[in-house]
Amino acid sequence: MVDFLFYLFSLTTLLAAGTVILTRNPINAAMLLILTFVGTGALFVLLGAYFLAAVQLAVYAGAVIVLFLFIVMLLDVETARSGKPNYPGLVAGIGVGALLVAGALVLYKRGDYFTLATLRESVPVGASTRSFGVELFTTYMLPVQLAGVLLLIAMLGVIHIGKRTRDSSGEEASHRQ
Amino acid sequence: MTLGIHEFLMVSGLLFAIGFVGLLIRRNALILFMCLELMLNAVNLALVAFSRFTETMGGNLFVFFIITVAAAEVAVGLAILVALFRKRRSVYVQELGALKN
Repeated sequence: MVDFLFYLFSLTTLLAAGTVILTRNPINAAMLLILTFVGTGALFVLLGAYFLAAVQLAVYAGAVIVLFLFIVMLLDVETARSGKPNYPGLVAGIGVGALLVAGALVLYKRGDYFTLATLRESVPVGASTRSFGVELFTTYMLPVQLAGVLLLIAMLGVIHIGKRTRDSSGEEASHRQ
Repeated sequence: MTLGIHEFLMVSGLLFAIGFVGLLIRRNALILFMCLELMLNAVNLALVAFSRFTETMGGNLFVFFIITVAAAEVAVGLAILVALFRKRRSVYVQELGALKN
């Protein structure tokens, strides 16, 4: 049963991710990105990380996707711009993609290298929110504070960048070369 | 058969490969950000898998911080994209080569 669910979710995730990078319409890409994030969240559930699955759904499938859709709506970019394809990028993409896929397959073949327990034998460690809280506020206190500072700085930066200044509001940008 | 760590690592590797290939072949900056998110997700999956199979808590907590940083990164990146679109009327990276040469 768990095996079937694993293959179902990983296939869904990979197919949705593949369509994200191939579709022309950014709205479709954002929708399929939701499917990818939900599939990854389901894999987290299979791994016993229930709290992280919830965080994944709330932050990624919620906030980040809303942000993406909002920007797509705001920019109103033309969906199908047919230029000549990006040949150097295409060649590099196919080459690097083949190498990465080969690496993943080799990793799968050499899986016996990892002498670890299987999913059924191992115990989930990050299952409870309590264990997260205890670890976060004892061992990882400094990173939590730093993450808070980072979020504050990011918020200030976004406000500053998003503020419409006088010289950038015109149609003709003042900065030309 | 029972699931081991290599199945999860293979899915993670393939997801990372998809994100990387997308980063190379696409030219819409919005899609490029989505590909970055895909790659971060792949790394998160690998970390959670290692955390589960080695029965240590570190991987889970690291994923927590990665999600935090990724949310901040997307917010800042999309704000930069909006500011850029205001100036240049384009989100296609081949038209945004002002720093070239």
